[in-house]
Amino acid sequence: MATATAEPQSLPATEGDGHKHKKNALSDGQGRLAWILLAPTLIIIAVVAGIPVILSFWESLHQTNAGVDPNTGMIAGGDKFVGLQNFTDIFTGANPVTGSYGTIDRFWNAFLNTTFITIVCVLLETVIGVAMALIMAKAFRGRGIVRAGILVPWAIPTIVSALMWKLIFDSSGVMNRILGTQILWLADTGASFWAIVIADTWKTAPFIGLLTLAGLQTIPAEVYEAAKVDGASTWQQFVRITLPMVKPALVVAVLFRTLDTLRMFDLPYGMIGPGKYRVETLSVFAYQEAAQTRYGPAAAYAIILFIYVLLVAFLFVRILGAEVIGDADVQKKKKKKKGDEEPAGPPATALEMAGGAH
Amino acid sequence: MSATTADVREEHLSKEEIEQLAHPKRPLKARVGVVLSYVGMALIVLYCIIPFYWMVVSSLRLPTEGQSTEFIPSPVSIDNYKGVFSAQNNFGRSLINSVIVAGTTTILVLLFGIIGAYALARLRFRGKVLVLWLIMACSMFPLVVLLPPLLKMFSSTSPFTWFPYWINTYQSVILPGLSFGLPLAVWTLTAFFKQLPVELEQAAMVDGCTPGVAFRKVILPLAAPGVLTTAIIVFIGAWNEFLLALTFLQDKDIQTATVAISKFTGTTGFDTPYGTIMAAGVVVTVPLLLAVLIFQRRIVAGLTAGGVK
Amino acid sequence: MSFVRPARRVLIAAASMSALFVAAACGGGGGAPSGGGSSAAAADFSKQGDIEVWHGKDVSGNFAKQIKAFNDSHPNGKVIDHELPDSADQQRQQMIQNTQIKNPKMAVLSVDVVWTAEFAAKGYVEALPPDQFPTTGFIPATVDSATYFNKLYAYPATSDGGLLYYRKDLLDKYGLKPPTSFDEMKAACDKIQAGEKDSKLGCFAGQYNKYEGLTVNFDEAVHGAGGVIVDDAGKPNVATPEATKGLQTLTDWFKDGHIPKAAITWQEEQGRQAFQKGQLIFHRNWGYVYNLASKNDGSSDIVGKFDVAPLPGITGPGVSSLGGHNYAIAKNAENKGTAVDFLKFISSKEQQKSSSLATSNSPVLEELYSDPDLTKKFPFMPTQLKSIQGAKPRPKAVEYGDVTLAIQDAAYGALQGQTQPDAALQALQAKLQTLIK
Repeated sequence: MATATAEPQSLPATEGDGHKHKKNALSDGQGRLAWILLAPTLIIIAVVAGIPVILSFWESLHQTNAGVDPNTGMIAGGDKFVGLQNFTDIFTGANPVTGSYGTIDRFWNAFLNTTFITIVCVLLETVIGVAMALIMAKAFRGRGIVRAGILVPWAIPTIVSALMWKLIFDSSGVMNRILGTQILWLADTGASFWAIVIADTWKTAPFIGLLTLAGLQTIPAEVYEAAKVDGASTWQQFVRITLPMVKPALVVAVLFRTLDTLRMFDLPYGMIGPGKYRVETLSVFAYQEAAQTRYGPAAAYAIILFIYVLLVAFLFVRILGAEVIGDADVQKKKKKKKGDEEPAGPPATALEMAGGAH
Repeated sequence: MSATTADVREEHLSKEEIEQLAHPKRPLKARVGVVLSYVGMALIVLYCIIPFYWMVVSSLRLPTEGQSTEFIPSPVSIDNYKGVFSAQNNFGRSLINSVIVAGTTTILVLLFGIIGAYALARLRFRGKVLVLWLIMACSMFPLVVLLPPLLKMFSSTSPFTWFPYWINTYQSVILPGLSFGLPLAVWTLTAFFKQLPVELEQAAMVDGCTPGVAFRKVILPLAAPGVLTTAIIVFIGAWNEFLLALTFLQDKDIQTATVAISKFTGTTGFDTPYGTIMAAGVVVTVPLLLAVLIFQRRIVAGLTAGGVK
Repeated sequence: MSFVRPARRVLIAAASMSALFVAAACGGGGGAPSGGGSSAAAADFSKQGDIEVWHGKDVSGNFAKQIKAFNDSHPNGKVIDHELPDSADQQRQQMIQNTQIKNPKMAVLSVDVVWTAEFAAKGYVEALPPDQFPTTGFIPATVDSATYFNKLYAYPATSDGGLLYYRKDLLDKYGLKPPTSFDEMKAACDKIQAGEKDSKLGCFAGQYNKYEGLTVNFDEAVHGAGGVIVDDAGKPNVATPEATKGLQTLTDWFKDGHIPKAAITWQEEQGRQAFQKGQLIFHRNWGYVYNLASKNDGSSDIVGKFDVAPLPGITGPGVSSLGGHNYAIAKNAENKGTAVDFLKFISSKEQQKSSSLATSNSPVLEELYSDPDLTKKFPFMPTQLKSIQGAKPRPKAVEYGDVTLAIQDAAYGALQGQTQPDAALQALQAKLQTLIK
């Protein structure tokens, strides 16, 4: 059908009208085939995710009529259209709660919680994960067992894991016994923040570790040897060689982890419990509002979270240059500028573990 | 030729020097490094295993001692495991349901994901970037808020009265599960296929294969580690899915293992049956770990697939 | 540009489909159910057929037996057991969700007493025809817990009241009687702790984690000091000196260690464990603790050493908070006739007795509290009866979830020492006034 060409992904010359006419024979009929192949994926996503998202948008523009009829005691029910009021209400401070930031509106409390939990968790995960990777790269024997062992934290179902940590962090549990303290991890205090960070980091640092390890293993040993010959110290080797070459994998891993942590629900809800304002994340807050049948505001908060996550992803791609778009045209261009060969290893292997579990 | 040079070399070397060349003594620094790295490996394994160890230990206690903090249970008791599989929990059936749901999700994700990734990796068309972002964006929405519309959809409530009634069916959990697994799979597989040079297929096509056959016979086997890794990730994700199963699978006979665990009864109305839940956790996790151990060679190969070049 | 057309086609198709759905959504009126007040047509309570009973954990397995007994005697409509997850919040969620999707099989709901107002006002359950559901012989407090705007919306099934568990052996040793007020309890503790010199022996604990149990304990403290959360007319009135005294007492006891610091994370089970391990002299909990603490299998260190007394108030005798569950008929159930029959069955004298014997839940029929079989197994029945008869309900509100969260905010903040009790109650009063009108 299509004849092979030497460089099927070369950028075509732009013509006068600004359109990029693909000149190679592979392009004929490819568009149609591509859309056919992508159809199942796109249809499923459109039906099962797209439609609910659109409905949620619609829902966020409504509020339930909550008035109680004084004679019968019944609620009128039904929705009324309120436009963007659910969104603007977060600025009116109508729902103050006391968390780690003083008494502020519950939405902003959740927003700040989400942000700080994400920052701290991702930082810790990255440091521990990279350390794991460096250690695993050095050792030769027993790597297989370590790799399998590393998947333990992630294979445990989240409800079991939340309960397991709840057991460990109980005020008379084993964590306090080992530390010899009586920290109230599960009360609404600063300690509960750290309980969540510990539990989440435990589960996700191995991810980053595995990804970084993959990135490390694509760095040829000769590069290090050349550096050693040139007299580079271990630290210099790390900073000048390891980090830059591992960067693509690492950045994609960190990106996906950040997106996932921003939407964290199971740990605050299952381990600490709802209603604890020091650890209430936006997901938990939206869920609680939906549980009170206030579906409009719940949808609005979820949409804000969605936009937040989207923005963060955007920033990652722009600022840190996460090579998430596997578009070869763009990559080839960049690579040609850099002049060395495409480190195809790290980005590819990064993505496979980067998605992670919910 | 190397033999000759070796001979030549040997003539000019003393016995000690040969000895040294044959068994190089690593400098102390390097040796310490190696020891430290093994210590580090041990620490990593401990880090990962210790909470899991606590889970196993908790499951082997007497049911009434669920909250004890003894490091080794005494007496060791498998009452919790008996409790897990007791008749009222219907746990065996729910395990089968979990396997069906997770398995089907994984197979479908791989099927649709592979062909979609092929399109994105090998074919040329406008809107590629848009498609990739669209696919990723749809997995960024928190599930908790997608549930009410989905519930209306699958229960044929207005405005979805035309939709078939899917409550208590496997597809009500598989389809949304697909929408979570597909973005991940498509992205991962796209990157994998991209990484394998087109020349391989072109070589096959020169030999007379169509692009499709070339893809199937040449690329897929090479990408097998990546495909396997994706499969395992998707499987574990689908296996651990809770909210979807809780909402849509309400009958005891069709619920999955995670939902069954949430319904474990304690001995009173107020307690959390830690012992039985931890035992169930072990039962649910260990097969996954075994599968990973078996396939971990392939995963390892997948992680280092960069060496394909 | 042949390759653009398929792309465009798909996008246009997707866009138009989405528009269609949005239009349909608009036409569907947003999807929220309309209130019960408008459906004036009387519910049909005559249809027989299979129904599902939605309930929480069947701890003893006795409920399954009861269902079987009903099915054997009721051929034209079988009951299907539908067990829900452990957490009360999730149970409520599931019931609400299935009401909204108009699930016709969900027919009988086990409704916590605090959900009555919400489920009634939002039209999730039917008002019960009074002629078919007599309430003579039921403890009045339980009937009140199932009533909303003078109509019975659920049939009382089980009840619960708070009890004071105490270490009889320790009190006897020092010649003390069970305290009838917190002041007396403090005096008793001081005497016993001075004599025992056991650093692990704490004085008293209830449930103070941030969940419904805290609302219960706060409710009891406030009523026990002569205050109210919501007065008899249903209006909030919690910022009173009496209520403040109640909350202040609990806060002070936390501060000076009469309540262990860790108790701020305790729910029912942690408290029971502590009491059973001999770490508490006094313990406030529900009736279920009695049998567990008396078990001879080694799980309890205090077998034969404890007893039960009515709750002490702050300055005088206390008031228990009312717990329990009632059975209601779901609005969208198809076979309400069978549901009615099941409600009558499960709340009959024999079934209540069987349930109590199996689970140690408290029955709602007053006469059962002097039943010889029950009193033999649960010697504390008379105390429990008094506790329930004098029990006060938690605030009745349609948005009870918000109310209980506001109460928990106030109480938890004060107990953790973050806010002063009077300031906390002022804020609570303001909040309740917006929630309960």
